[in-house]
Amino acid sequence: MNLAAQTPSIDWLAIAPVIALVIAALVIILLRSIVRHARWVYGASIGIGFAGLVAAALFLTCQWSEVSDSGPFLTLDDMVAIDGFAVFIGVIVLIAASLALLLSSKYLARQGIESRPEYVALLLLSAAGMLVMSTANDLIVVFVALETLSIPLYVMAAYDRRRARSLEAGMKYFVLGAFASAIFLYGIALVYGGTGTTSLSGIADFLASVTLLSEGTLIAGIMLLLVGLGFKIAAVPFHMWTPDVYDGSPTPVTAFMASATKAVGFAALIRILFTGLDLYRDDWRPAIWALAVLTLVVGSVVAIAQTDMKRMLAYSSISHAGYVLIGVEAGTREGLQSALVYLLVYAFMTVGSFAIVAVIGRRDDKHLIEDYRGLGRDRPVLASLLALFLLAQAGIPPTGGFIAKLGIFAAAADAHSYSLLIIGVVASVVGAVFYLRVILVMFAGADEESDIPAADHSRVDGPTTAVLALCAAFTIWFGVLPTIVLEFATKAQLIF
Amino acid sequence: MKLTDTYFLTFAAMLFTIGAVGFLVRRNVLVMFMCVELMLNAVNVTFVAFSKSLNDISGQAIVFFVLVVAAAEVAVGLAIIVAIFRRRRGGATADDIDLLRG
Repeated sequence: MNLAAQTPSIDWLAIAPVIALVIAALVIILLRSIVRHARWVYGASIGIGFAGLVAAALFLTCQWSEVSDSGPFLTLDDMVAIDGFAVFIGVIVLIAASLALLLSSKYLARQGIESRPEYVALLLLSAAGMLVMSTANDLIVVFVALETLSIPLYVMAAYDRRRARSLEAGMKYFVLGAFASAIFLYGIALVYGGTGTTSLSGIADFLASVTLLSEGTLIAGIMLLLVGLGFKIAAVPFHMWTPDVYDGSPTPVTAFMASATKAVGFAALIRILFTGLDLYRDDWRPAIWALAVLTLVVGSVVAIAQTDMKRMLAYSSISHAGYVLIGVEAGTREGLQSALVYLLVYAFMTVGSFAIVAVIGRRDDKHLIEDYRGLGRDRPVLASLLALFLLAQAGIPPTGGFIAKLGIFAAAADAHSYSLLIIGVVASVVGAVFYLRVILVMFAGADEESDIPAADHSRVDGPTTAVLALCAAFTIWFGVLPTIVLEFATKAQLIF
Repeated sequence: MKLTDTYFLTFAAMLFTIGAVGFLVRRNVLVMFMCVELMLNAVNVTFVAFSKSLNDISGQAIVFFVLVVAAAEVAVGLAIIVAIFRRRRGGATADDIDLLRG
């Protein structure tokens, strides 16, 4: 009797980036548990972390050349899709993880956070989950990846254990994240019941070959999937956790969550909608339309009322999700590319902004916009950089934010979604108000005596300088010479 | 009476609804957490029921993935809850957690 199980063929290159990150994380945990309290463990774990990220980036490059040479492919029983789209999202994830690691390296010590090596391991494990999510071609893989990336993030949000606000942020993120996962999972179950499979290509094949008599189960499943992913990308009305969690978490964690989690949330959303449910386009487009409108309006309007810098940035990140949703709603190849480009540029802009917030932060952990008064006089370089990132987020040329928004609006016009186009343009004008307000506070208040207790204007450490330089360089470079990135995005297509 | 798949699916939907409503109305963090577990188990029942009616084994395999994920979530979630309530004496209600207002 032959008991050997039939295992699917495995293309190791397809999962090599994930393996690299997980090995790096395991080495850090082992090192920590063997040598315990040696001082050099943290430095070593940061080194190992970067080695893992670089290795993952190299494997992604190999995947890219493989995809360019012989086309996208499915592996592991069609559960993993390696295509240009996955590589593009993977690049965003690795960039965000590297920048977050750089930002954290000195920040953790400055805030007196203990058990720092484990933090690096958690960051790597979360990034590994994100890479899986960008390649997931099966709803169950999406679910497992979603949890693999979220569970370390819950811990990282609560990492500053001595601060009640950080614990509270972790708690809220955890409770609402678990709730959203359960809803997402019920959506998977209903889609499975409606189509008999969880594989996205399988769902597409099934829908193409069969005319469903009753679509109720499937449509309900699709809506629940949208709700679950809406939580992860912080789309209104599923955004309630965002300001609190972004506000309370340690700032480098916020930067990582805002940039990478949003990118992979959109990756899963786009793959499910475009690969699996392409035939149901007419059913999901109105839902995405409604999400986009709500997200743009609420994100932009509520941001104006904020007095706290971190909360303002949280609402602005909500409104950015709205712009990406415009690209998704277009449902075209151009819309998809513009969404990808927007996510990449947004990652740099938002990490740059939060890097400055991490420097300016007060000891009592409030980040009032008023604290930034006079920053233009005291710290002209920091203030100019923050102004650059905010102008880029507002979409003002010649920054990268302008090109990104332009791409989104052009895609919406091509797809004849004029209502969404108009709402998007109006929202970006409203958005300019709250970005410019911060810039005004920084520079216009320069003559007055700034004797606000506030602003413990601490020195900028080396790694943070590197992050700021990289983010600023990319934001300007992409604004002036966008061709290279746009070409990369043009080639980053989904497998169909 | 013959138990058709509809019974199992309806039972699971009711269980899921009880969990979701419980999550939204209860204030005790631990109870909210239990409600999420209830929702996950309702989904497991749904998967098994569909697996039986579709005559497809993968629905039952998925249940194991869900169980593992739920276990990992419980470990992290309870750790965060313990870390919070070590800082303050008294009960574990969501109303105590009020430093950040959405």
